Amino acid sequence: MNATMNASELRKLFPILDQEVNGHPLVYLDSAATSQKPIQVLETVRAYYEHDNANVHRGVHTLGSRATDAYEGAREKVAAFLNARHSEEIVFTRGTTAAINLAAASYARSVCGEGDEIVITPLEHHSNLIPWQQAAKATGATLKYIPLQPDGTIRLQDVEATITPNTKMVAVTYVSNVMAAVNPVKEIAAIAHKNGARILVDGAQSTPHMKVDVQDIDCDFYAFSGHKMCAPTGIGCLYGKKELLEWMEPVEFGGEMIDHVGLYESTWKELPWRFEGGTPIIAGAIGLGAAIDFLTEIGLDEIQRHEHDLAAYAHERLTEIEGLTVYGPHAGRSGLITFNLGDIHPHDVATVLDAEGVAVRAGHHCCQPLMRWLEVTATARASFYLYNTREDVDRLAAALVKTKEYFGYGIG
Amino acid sequence: MELDDLYRRVIMDHYKNPRNRGSFEGDAVTVNLNNPSCGDRITLQLKVEDGVVNDAKFQGEGCSISLSSASMMTDAVKGKSMEEAMKMAENFSCMMRGQDVGFDYDDLEALSGVNKFPARIKCATLAWNAMRKGLEQQTDSKE
Repeated sequence: MNATMNASELRKLFPILDQEVNGHPLVYLDSAATSQKPIQVLETVRAYYEHDNANVHRGVHTLGSRATDAYEGAREKVAAFLNARHSEEIVFTRGTTAAINLAAASYARSVCGEGDEIVITPLEHHSNLIPWQQAAKATGATLKYIPLQPDGTIRLQDVEATITPNTKMVAVTYVSNVMAAVNPVKEIAAIAHKNGARILVDGAQSTPHMKVDVQDIDCDFYAFSGHKMCAPTGIGCLYGKKELLEWMEPVEFGGEMIDHVGLYESTWKELPWRFEGGTPIIAGAIGLGAAIDFLTEIGLDEIQRHEHDLAAYAHERLTEIEGLTVYGPHAGRSGLITFNLGDIHPHDVATVLDAEGVAVRAGHHCCQPLMRWLEVTATARASFYLYNTREDVDRLAAALVKTKEYFGYGIG
Repeated sequence: MELDDLYRRVIMDHYKNPRNRGSFEGDAVTVNLNNPSCGDRITLQLKVEDGVVNDAKFQGEGCSISLSSASMMTDAVKGKSMEEAMKMAENFSCMMRGQDVGFDYDDLEALSGVNKFPARIKCATLAWNAMRKGLEQQTDSKE
């Protein structure tokens, strides 16, 4: 493990970053949407297709064994990465959305009924909101929201007041993809358990950026996506405590997930394969394994420290710009910064930044209820990863000043 | 990529001083339309009588491109027959695909540069889609 990571050196491992966009060297500040991929991951996926590609868990030929070993090896890497007790607690899915949908459709819809409660927060990404909305509608359960503080943080006393003995399920994001706040998920899990509820933690924005220990958090479910952490798109994972997964029914049926198939009745495979109907995402899982190796070698603590440094620097540089509003708390932020520049619409901001080669996200960030809570229709967001540098932040700040000059009205 | 192709003076004028912003008292065809990928929204109202769009107003939130397009559209369709208005919407779509089209409302041509910014085309077309939907509603209710 490196003592201190060197982002300028690391970025050379990401071929896509070495290009010009609109006549300027690319500054990629949209990793919260999806991260770029290092050579190690690209090469691993390519080598798999060039040498080992075969379907898994079937047939006896050599390539089939190699593919199976690589696929199941990736599962073990994920288990170790999250500090799960058993590798069969790791179910590969298409991403966070599919993982949350699996937990909501299989677990929540089975345990919830009239009079029960599902508790979430207004911070949630649509993918950790709509599955619960739908589960509540289908079961007659009530959907409740833990209220937010003005800076978008959650107070434990509000968690205590919202979760009751009628609560069956709690779902909360570890890190907000808009407010950058890191939520006290371990404490929330304890409150949920005290009330007999189960908790799912949405790890889409935490897993790529910090050490995650599902046993320490003591969450019942944990969902994340590979593509935000240097892996290919189309692979993610649902971690579930073994006793819960054992109890849950599959929601997708077909090949690969069965034990015995009769004309009128069938039985399911062991964990975790009963939840992985059809040919699984083999190359994606192997790519995720390579991404985990890559991130582990750099060190998640190092990555987190680097991003905190960039976020603090960005906060300093951006708040120097008159008329610029930053959303979210001052302290305890992860590596992203959400803002608006006066009354210039974030689409217009993002278009001018793009003309300067700076890629940021603009819109509602799949958080329409949170946008309404913030009383804005949209925001711009710059998000950082291990390959970003202070120079990238400087380029962002300079491009924002230019945006303000270009629009030249209403602010400053 | 030249920003000035996108943000022409006439666009910024419509953005800062939108025409026909507001709502009607009384009867009008009303359409609410969102742009779900970015959160823009428009409420468009059309006063249609004897197959003619007599007046149009809009309310909503959005970027300079979507609001200026709404401002221009509501001005441009006034006094047009429903067929002419639909034809104008079609021409606008053609312009967004890079085709050379003419309008008898000159300001609209300023939006031709949007075509070079593919991510922004949906901003420019929101108001026009609302207008089409409104006229379709009007036709359906008459049938």
